[in-house]
Amino acid sequence: MRFLLDDEQREFARTLDDMLTAADTPAAVRDWATGDHARGRELWARLADAGVLALAVPERHDGLGPLPLELTVALTELGRHAVPGPYVETVTVAAFLDRLGDEATATTWLPDIAAGQRTVSLALLTPASPYALDPDAADAVFAVDGDTLRLAESADEIQPSADPARRLARPRGGTVLAQGPPVRAAAAHALNVAALATAAQSLGLGRALLTRTVEYARQRSQFGVPIGSFQAVKHRLADTLIGLEFAQPLVHSAALALAADDPAGGREIAAAKVAAGEAAYVASRTALQLHGALGYTEELDLSLWIRKARPLRDAWGTPAACRAGVLADGLAGDGTDDRAGGRVAAGRPERSA
Amino acid sequence: MDLDSTPQQDTVRREARAWLSARVPTTPLPSLETREGFAAHREWERTLHADRWSVVSWPEEYGGRGCSVLEWLTFEEEYYAAGAPGRVSQNGINLLAPTLFEHGTDEQRARVLPPMASGEVIWAQAWSEPEAGSDLASLRSTAVRTRGGWLLSGQKTWSSRAAFADRAFGLFRSDPDAGKPHHGLTYVMFPLDANGVTVRPIGRLDGKPAFAEIFLDEVFVPDQDVIGEPGRGWRVAMSTASNERGLTLRSPGRFTAAANRLVELWRRRAGPAGPGDPAGPAGLAGHVDTALRDRVADAVIGARAYQLFTYAGAARLAAGGAIGAESSLNKVFWSEYDIALHETALDLLGPYGELADHAGDSPGHGGWTEGYTFALAGPVYAGSNEIQRDIIAERLLGLPKGRR
Repeated sequence: MRFLLDDEQREFARTLDDMLTAADTPAAVRDWATGDHARGRELWARLADAGVLALAVPERHDGLGPLPLELTVALTELGRHAVPGPYVETVTVAAFLDRLGDEATATTWLPDIAAGQRTVSLALLTPASPYALDPDAADAVFAVDGDTLRLAESADEIQPSADPARRLARPRGGTVLAQGPPVRAAAAHALNVAALATAAQSLGLGRALLTRTVEYARQRSQFGVPIGSFQAVKHRLADTLIGLEFAQPLVHSAALALAADDPAGGREIAAAKVAAGEAAYVASRTALQLHGALGYTEELDLSLWIRKARPLRDAWGTPAACRAGVLADGLAGDGTDDRAGGRVAAGRPERSA
Repeated sequence: MDLDSTPQQDTVRREARAWLSARVPTTPLPSLETREGFAAHREWERTLHADRWSVVSWPEEYGGRGCSVLEWLTFEEEYYAAGAPGRVSQNGINLLAPTLFEHGTDEQRARVLPPMASGEVIWAQAWSEPEAGSDLASLRSTAVRTRGGWLLSGQKTWSSRAAFADRAFGLFRSDPDAGKPHHGLTYVMFPLDANGVTVRPIGRLDGKPAFAEIFLDEVFVPDQDVIGEPGRGWRVAMSTASNERGLTLRSPGRFTAAANRLVELWRRRAGPAGPGDPAGPAGLAGHVDTALRDRVADAVIGARAYQLFTYAGAARLAAGGAIGAESSLNKVFWSEYDIALHETALDLLGPYGELADHAGDSPGHGGWTEGYTFALAGPVYAGSNEIQRDIIAERLLGLPKGRR
């Protein structure tokens, strides 16, 4: 057992972090919120070059994956920089199509997704949400309703989110691509992938909020001393760190469970989603409070992170749904038998040969 | 990155599970904070030791099995999953032994460790004083040089287990003229039945004598009972306050088992009362709402998070890294988690939650009341959570020092 990211995974994270730091990502976020996708698309292309969009696509379709752990590493960095766009949705479509087993559809979409050539979005109408993220920036929107997969013809008008960089709309009409139990099974898998990716995104978002707030508390003086020397401030920041530190291993173990197709994977992912979503939301409240009135302004770039925390906490598995999932069969469980499962793994149980 | 057990972990798991299933008492022992329970738990330590299960992470020469941190974690998971008794000797094993391994002499290790491993000598800690709690370095008890050793005088307090323990360890001021409060302190082991020692038990919140005051009046201790250099006691004590001990002070196995018991309790409360259901008076069955369900889920999530965080720490140690101030993250997390978990259990028990653990109806509680009382002390002892949060803020986040 070695529960630690390896050097290559750390290096991957560092590369993405450096790239996004140098890229003036906040400007891309602000443009995106007005429907101007030019800078966001540039970032998309560069992240695709770095391999991010190939992580959920299998090698036989020109991808690098599926590599759930690397996917969480990448999404954490995207969250850290509040990168706009339907990344979670695109990698989730990739995982969905890979799992669906319809070779023609997979061949049509997966190589282009892996290469960053096509941006897609997805609505899992039941049980997740009626909306697809950023359909106006996507080349295609997939919609799953029960056991039916459609390629939407269009989307309704944009429903602005509390995070202006998240643009939501209901998919409309379209042709049926597949139908039947395999669609349902692939959707269950897709929901897990989306929840995991969102959890990772939350984790990065929360880390960024904490880092910025610590910096601010060190340099902002009141009563002649940095506010970061006051215990009330310190302790709030310490609690914020604790939330993030204990969410991170849940995200990584959930990725390992997904990679291993562990039957308990849904529960692990649900746990990771709750912990990371809540920790990032706590970080956003801490950031807002400790920045004072400044933190309440739209003008400060901090707002780009603050406003994203709560939508991410609720996207692809609300805390309530995830908590129920932890005690049942995970997110994709039908939720009718709350009393099944729910045991905490005590390490890996011995496997039968 | 993986979570796969090593073959050694599998072996420990298999052997421990077999041994525990044969040996764990079928009826819980009396509370170890009572005289009767203390004796029963000491006897259990002897049983563990007879088959080398009392100190698995120690070298074999001292009664251990030379287990790695990961193997120790596995043992602990099995130990608590089996419902085995609490460890009356944990102060010695978790706090004193690591200090002896790092700073003791061979003679001290050979003399002190084997009887600690067998439960023959149970250790209490003697850190706090009436005027030195969180500000431990302001302690006033003295060690005065005398021929062949030291004379200890002063008052220690809040000494866990001291009501029934055999010996204690702590810090004493040996050089009152040293420049700073944490200079001139000496780390000493002393017998609780020596001339000049008076132990006055203190009842904790539920009245059990879980800790005590210790009065010392020129108590002689020989030089060989000083650990490390005289005057350097602060460093000796603090060097083992983090690192591996920070990882192992509260084993994840304990919370994994508690969370699983909580899920069992919740299932019984959420479902119809069955025959022989100890916590399920029929009138309460089914009275569990989603708010309680969410808290049960949080207990499951927290236990898993703590377990995984510890695995990650073990991996960092194995890779040559160190654990310093990170142990403060652990301490705040588990101590607050433990209370939340027990509060949830008591809420699931409804009107039965307030019953004391010795109440006639209480066997069905599964120890939740006692566990709750025990958990309440967590944020206070072993460095209060306020101190831990200061450490986290200053040493992990780099915030400036300020007034405490």
